[in-house]
Amino acid sequence: FRKMEQEMLKCLFLGFGLQKIRYPCSKKDPFPGEAPIPHKQLQKFQRGEKYKVPAGARRRLKEAIISSEAMSELAQKQAARYDLLLPEDAGFLEGDEDEDTNTISQDDIADAVDITSGSKYFNLHLSQFGPYRLDYGRTGRHLLVGGKKGHVACIDWQSKDLMCEMNVMETVNDVKWLHTEAMFAVAQKRWLYIYDSKGLELHCVKKFNDVLRMQFLPYHFLLATASATGFLQYLDVSVGKEIAAVCTKMGRLDVMSQNPHNAVIHLGHPNGTVSLWSPNQKEPLVKMLCHRGAVRSLTVDKTGTYMVTSGLDRKLKVYDIRAFKPLHSCFLPAGASCLSLSQGGLLSAATGDIVQVYQNVLGSSPVSKPYMAHRLRGQIWGLAYCPFEDVLGIGHGEGFTSMIVPGAGEPNFDALDTNPFRSSKQRQEWEVKALLEKVQPELIGLDPGQLSKVDQASFEQRHKEQVEALGFDPLAKDKFKPKTKKKGRSSAGAIEKRKRKVAHEDQRDEIRQTVQERTERDKEQKEKSNEKKKLGNKSTLDRFRK
Amino acid sequence: MATATSSEETLFNDDERKHKKLLEAISSMGGRKRKKQSERSEASVQVSEFFVNAEGTGEKVNISDLLGTVEKTSGASNKTKKQLRNLQNSKGTLALPLNKQQTEKIQRGIAYEKTTKENQKAEQIVFPLNQESSGPKQVEQVVAGWKAQTPLEQEIFRLLHSNSQPVNDPVLTPVEEASLKAMSLEEAKIRRAELQKTRALQSYYEAKAKREKNIKSKKYHKIQKKGKRKEFLKQFEEMVKTNPEGALEELKKMELSRMEERMSLKHQNSGKWAKSKAIMAKYDDSARKAMQEQLQMNKDLTQKIVVPSDDEHESNEEGLETVPDFVNDPEPIIDPVNPWMRGQLTHEEPEVSCVTTDEPQTAEQENEEEELIGEFERKRKLRQADEEDLIPTEEQKPESEVVEEDVVEVSDKEEEEDEEEEDVSEFNTLFRFMRSEKTLEEDEEGLLNEGQIRVRNIEDLEVLAEDVDPQPIAAPSLPQTAVGEATSEPPNKKKSEIDLKEVLTKDAKVVQVPFLPTVDHDEQISIIKEAFAGDDVISDFIKDKRKQEAAGKPKVVDLTLPGWGEWGGVGLKPSRWKRKRFRIKMASSPPRQDRKLPDTIISENRNTSIASHQVSQLPFPFQNTAQFESCIRTPIGQTWNTQGVVKKMTKPKVITKLGAIIEPMVKEDFINKTTTSAGKGPAIMLGENKRANKGREWSSAKHQGRRGSQKRKKQQT
Repeated sequence: FRKMEQEMLKCLFLGFGLQKIRYPCSKKDPFPGEAPIPHKQLQKFQRGEKYKVPAGARRRLKEAIISSEAMSELAQKQAARYDLLLPEDAGFLEGDEDEDTNTISQDDIADAVDITSGSKYFNLHLSQFGPYRLDYGRTGRHLLVGGKKGHVACIDWQSKDLMCEMNVMETVNDVKWLHTEAMFAVAQKRWLYIYDSKGLELHCVKKFNDVLRMQFLPYHFLLATASATGFLQYLDVSVGKEIAAVCTKMGRLDVMSQNPHNAVIHLGHPNGTVSLWSPNQKEPLVKMLCHRGAVRSLTVDKTGTYMVTSGLDRKLKVYDIRAFKPLHSCFLPAGASCLSLSQGGLLSAATGDIVQVYQNVLGSSPVSKPYMAHRLRGQIWGLAYCPFEDVLGIGHGEGFTSMIVPGAGEPNFDALDTNPFRSSKQRQEWEVKALLEKVQPELIGLDPGQLSKVDQASFEQRHKEQVEALGFDPLAKDKFKPKTKKKGRSSAGAIEKRKRKVAHEDQRDEIRQTVQERTERDKEQKEKSNEKKKLGNKSTLDRFRK
Repeated sequence: MATATSSEETLFNDDERKHKKLLEAISSMGGRKRKKQSERSEASVQVSEFFVNAEGTGEKVNISDLLGTVEKTSGASNKTKKQLRNLQNSKGTLALPLNKQQTEKIQRGIAYEKTTKENQKAEQIVFPLNQESSGPKQVEQVVAGWKAQTPLEQEIFRLLHSNSQPVNDPVLTPVEEASLKAMSLEEAKIRRAELQKTRALQSYYEAKAKREKNIKSKKYHKIQKKGKRKEFLKQFEEMVKTNPEGALEELKKMELSRMEERMSLKHQNSGKWAKSKAIMAKYDDSARKAMQEQLQMNKDLTQKIVVPSDDEHESNEEGLETVPDFVNDPEPIIDPVNPWMRGQLTHEEPEVSCVTTDEPQTAEQENEEEELIGEFERKRKLRQADEEDLIPTEEQKPESEVVEEDVVEVSDKEEEEDEEEEDVSEFNTLFRFMRSEKTLEEDEEGLLNEGQIRVRNIEDLEVLAEDVDPQPIAAPSLPQTAVGEATSEPPNKKKSEIDLKEVLTKDAKVVQVPFLPTVDHDEQISIIKEAFAGDDVISDFIKDKRKQEAAGKPKVVDLTLPGWGEWGGVGLKPSRWKRKRFRIKMASSPPRQDRKLPDTIISENRNTSIASHQVSQLPFPFQNTAQFESCIRTPIGQTWNTQGVVKKMTKPKVITKLGAIIEPMVKEDFINKTTTSAGKGPAIMLGENKRANKGREWSSAKHQGRRGSQKRKKQQT
């Protein structure tokens, strides 16, 4: 539109009549060129800074930079254009005037919403084998619950279709889905077991003992386990090998979470610290002191920017884990035993037998009151948001409760990555592709973009080796060697003089450049001031002068 | 002033020039471009024996011979004269041009360099270079390289020649060419779309017809037939006006059918079915109706058709006139069970009808409009019926109405039996039907004073829409309010609950919680005590950090050897200067990442595992790491990019066709490339520059004997 306006203005200025612009009659496109993309959308898909071609660049370098810049710009633009295909938007619960949303009961919500959504609020009364741990599959369709006293069941919770149910006749510490809904891991009293969706025992991994908590890294196909003996172990489920076993020397590990952004494992410890681990290092990548008491629970948001922890000092703290700085903390009257962050950024905290959901926790301002709350029968043991659904699963002493939390789930799913509606054929296809694209465990680190950087250290190392082998530095500039001249001009003094002419050439270049810039700036300023002066001196009669 | 005049002159000259140009342009637009034979100004010894006398044949021509006259002519300016004189005086000769082989060699060299550079720069090269497009070829392309050889072919060609048909080069006749030119791509597309549409429509109609044909329902076909008949009648009337001959033919057909009907016993109620129905008719209403219908059919078919005469228009008018007094009489509603009782009775006693007396008057006023509104009215009626459906109390009405309508129809037909003098019976029945509807409507008005609104015209209809709208809303509003009440109550309840809770939780200052967790206070206190038992977590952490920092610091290497150059022994320290001299301080490590974060320890260990996957050597054109990193910052995988971009990013540098021979580039390829890139003319030239081609052909005939002969053949035709 702006373009059109400009054109019209131009026409006016050039003295054309407005009748000349006959868009509907003439077959010209009234909006020539590509449709403009909003700046915000473009920024969303920006990858790194643009690199300008350096001044003295050679032809090949220039071409390489220009072509790569063009490509990345195209990719960014196209991605921004395709952003149009994500039309869904998350909604939120809104109370009337002077009505707190946390006073609205689940029953009311279930009554008010449509039948399918209403059916997402349900209770499973399992008082016999409680308290329950739970896990949702990556697509959000499958639910796995494991009771402390050995009851394990997996359910297609939307259709309420029970896939398998069994009692392992042992204490169950944690349950976790593996990469698909065909397999899940159960941390039992002594060993780690892997079952298939029919409840058939596939493996008993005796290398992994006394496991208390588990995390599955989907893109690396790694099952990370934290044990009571203080070991953090990684199991590659695609090949069935133990990748790494790290002795943390921090005692019993019963607080564990993963950073979905860089696949780093976060562990909470009784001495109030949170440590970050990768399978490649025997010591923690980072160790932060978060609480004065033991850390009870922690969770990391999906962008890997924020970490929320709760400790025995009854505090809830939000950290920016890019800078390792606390953002804000608040005091919960009863402390939070379980924490979970949803895809939409809602934080749920289990305080005793009550689940509280907080909104806008990840901002800079501290929260004052919960967004939603729900009281349950027994002590809460596990909390997990269902991916792509506005549902929070709660495992507690009396069974399992699925709670509706409006605005919790991500409304747009990537069907190539996690498709909630995929068929078994599609799942198989996805599995093969995912295995082909499996990320190696060596790439786990704090910075996931490390791979795209040149290995400086080894570069330097190699260079040093090369210098040693060759006896000279191939990248170094040749030292100036004065020519021998005749007729006494090659005397020591003359040579020294000549050497001095080219000494510190690079430094001189720099100085020269800065001086030049300065002089140019001065010149411009002078010109400007001169012009001003001229304007100031002009008299009224000057306009008659030619 | 002088300057002004000069400027005027230049302006004038300019104008003149422009005018000339314009004239030229106009003249060139009209038809053939005639090349002006410019005057011969060439300097040569033997110009022509007819024009100039060849005096100095064989003599060498000097410049002075040519320019001698220039000196004398007054028109030439001094400047040019001077220049020419200088030229005359100069003795320098131009260098001999290179021979052909050498020039070609140079040209080849240049071409090679240019193309190789281009190929290096090109994002993608496709080999072999001049691939034929896989799509359908143009006819002229196929025919171009073909020659008549067999006697039959030659004969055919002779024939073509004799009839001045195009043979070889332009395959199309001039007319075809013109048509081809006339139809641009867009037009062709539009035309194709149209064709497609018509084809699709045709198929739809075919499918529909098939479906309808397969329908077995008699009732459906009956209705269909009726509709068709009506349509036909309408068409017929039109045809009478527009195409009297066609109408006559149609009439004849009707006459024929009438004759057939009269001859046969088809609709005489004499068949087996009719007899059985006759028995049933006593008891069954529908059977009676069916019989009646059959009889009616017979009547209709055997009715004599009035041939439209010249005064057809008048009769039409008469009809219109007659219609009102026939129609205006209101129809009474009689017992629907006994349709036979209708008809004449209504004529006799209009007062008996329950319709008020003012109705006929209004009807009279509307009479002329009625015909036009007829269709509209029916629709309105239907809509009204729908509205009535909405109101549960009036549910019974539409049904009875429908029944009445049916009855009225039947009764109308009955009437027609009596009134045989009515010519356009169909029309009348239709009209009557409309009337009856109207009366019915009015009746309803009487009955349902509060509910219904009578509609006369469009404005009224709008009003109706407004009025009627609230009704359906009102119905659901009741449950809504109920819901509102239902919903409004629980919050109150809850509020009271929460108030209580809030009072209880007032001591929690930071976060307001709707419910208070049920945790034993003693337990809580014990937990807190336990938590703060080891209160020195902070000091522990600081200690840990110090240790880490110390471990990371570079150590001082001590190379002092005690006893060298001084006294040594137990308890003796090496001197100060020695310690200073031989203790080597290593370069300090870069500052720790966590130096500004007191509660964080960040490991300084390098992640060596990723190094094997990283790039450790800068690839060729890049001079520093920043350049290279910026170049690989955009991923090329499908996970991060759109499909098109991935394809573009990963397209191969060279594409070769499987099995195709890649021949070295020849001159033609190069020329072709340059010309096509410049967007000059098509590869095959059609009609318009035929003449130019001919000229060239003659000149090239010497060199290319075979092709030349072929062309010559064409010339002869």
